Amino acid sequence: MSQLNSTSSEMDLDRPNIEEYLPSEAIQESNEKLHLRDLLDISPTLTEAAGAIIDDTFTRCFKSNPPEPWNWNIYLFPLWCLGVVIRYGILFPARVLILTIGWIIFLSSFIPVHFLLKRHDTWRKKIERYLVELICSFFVASWTGVVKYHGPRPSMRPKQVFVANHTSMIDFIILEQMTAFAVIMQKHPGWVGLLQSTILESVGCIWFNRTEAKDREIVARKLREHIQGVDNNPLLIFPEGTCVNNHYTVMFKKGAFELGCTVCPIAIKYNKIFVDAFWNSKKQSFTMHLLRLMTSWAVVCDVWYLEPQNLRPGETPIEFAERVRNIISVRAGLKKVPWDGYLKYFRPSPKHTERKQQSFAESLLRRMEEKGK
Amino acid sequence: MFSISYLGPDSRAFTRWNNKLFRIFGRDRETMGSAPSMLTQYDIEDVQEYSYNLFSQQEIVSLYERFCQLDRNAKGFISADEFLSVPEFAVNPLSQRLLKMVDGLNFKDFVAFLSAFSSKASIQQKIELIFKVYDLDNKGKVTFNDILEVLRDLTGSFMTEKQRETVLSQVLEEAGYTRTSFLLLDDIIKILGCPGLKMEVEVPVD
Repeated sequence: MSQLNSTSSEMDLDRPNIEEYLPSEAIQESNEKLHLRDLLDISPTLTEAAGAIIDDTFTRCFKSNPPEPWNWNIYLFPLWCLGVVIRYGILFPARVLILTIGWIIFLSSFIPVHFLLKRHDTWRKKIERYLVELICSFFVASWTGVVKYHGPRPSMRPKQVFVANHTSMIDFIILEQMTAFAVIMQKHPGWVGLLQSTILESVGCIWFNRTEAKDREIVARKLREHIQGVDNNPLLIFPEGTCVNNHYTVMFKKGAFELGCTVCPIAIKYNKIFVDAFWNSKKQSFTMHLLRLMTSWAVVCDVWYLEPQNLRPGETPIEFAERVRNIISVRAGLKKVPWDGYLKYFRPSPKHTERKQQSFAESLLRRMEEKGK
Repeated sequence: MFSISYLGPDSRAFTRWNNKLFRIFGRDRETMGSAPSMLTQYDIEDVQEYSYNLFSQQEIVSLYERFCQLDRNAKGFISADEFLSVPEFAVNPLSQRLLKMVDGLNFKDFVAFLSAFSSKASIQQKIELIFKVYDLDNKGKVTFNDILEVLRDLTGSFMTEKQRETVLSQVLEEAGYTRTSFLLLDDIIKILGCPGLKMEVEVPVD
């Protein structure tokens, strides 16, 4: 379990007023004389706490739906058993085979090209781009991915950024098979990290580290440099900053929206009947997640490339981010939630508690003054 | 899985067999969230009785799902850290005080704690909970310091200690108490009892 420390003040700048979304302050704003009852009555605060314990919108974003047991009668159960046999015995080995073939083809082309064409940069980049798209297609095939793309394919132009909602790391693979994006990702350990440092470097990926406070400025600078380059792959950013369960969207980080360029939203929606593609990174490793996908029937999803948006005159980056989040949520049928995805890893800033304390204290002091008059 | 157990002992045996197969393919862990044990009809009735019949069976099932969701590694209780991972709870001024009451509760006690927030709970039961929040160390009475502590949580650094003491002394005096007097449950009931107290939370039932 990762250490939960309170956030640095930088993280608060990403958030507009959460208080607008939370249930309204229960402390009465009155100017009447203060009685003992008013001081002793903590029921509003207790009610809020109990409400949070029983159900809260933040945890709902990361709930993976348990598969409903639909196979408990005499004919469905054997069918389900047959299904399991097919999935684990036939489909899974076939998929592993496809994936292995894909990797062999990829590595045997990528490694020579990477080293031999060191001097011919444009050619090398073109071929590597194509190869990355190829290996991603193999990945998608290995889960029997049925992906419907809607909307015009993104073009390689400078000064544009793509943003999408985030459900799992496979979002990136699904989008990558259509167009080789450069993406900004959290550096992961293990074999994923190895892939990240070798292959993804070639498409121009940028790394960030959630736990480092100064990281934001460094990353912002790298982002700006990347979009200025004409030859760089289009940049893909997941502004939620963490994987969400594809029913909700959490607040978008404003980093992608203050780069001064066009933002092209992409909405991704998975069909949960076939498999729940949400990667609950606290519950399972990426390997387990991939294995689960490979032993399911199919991964079915819709990808919508939406109309590019620009910062409107007089609009702040935060408002811009909210507007784009709205567009994506509406298109993919997701509910919006006013929480920062990083609250998965960090505690909320004490500022929110302080606001409540301040309003109560001020009302007490005011009523005391009334008494004095 | 819950619907099967309602049908009686035979289907429970079938479910156990089903469950075993699920477990082989690792699905059981997914189905149940973190807790491996299932809630049977007997368990539900037991918990219901323990919490003064203030929750319906559906609500207890929902609460169990919630309990399993918060209790990440199926320990059988929710740790303080796991409570604080709910942002809405962590920003509550009384969260630390409440944590002392709810930290490490098993499911039965968890439901009993929340039963005070049911719409069917009596004013007496609600006030008893408020009394317990003040009287954390179970002295049986609420002292000036107890109220001061809660006031400190609620106002933070926006009032000085002197201001808090002054306010509290004044309202206590006005109500006929002194700084050294202590309030018993009956006193709190008298003070908060009328007009009525509104302290209800609805348990979402899918």
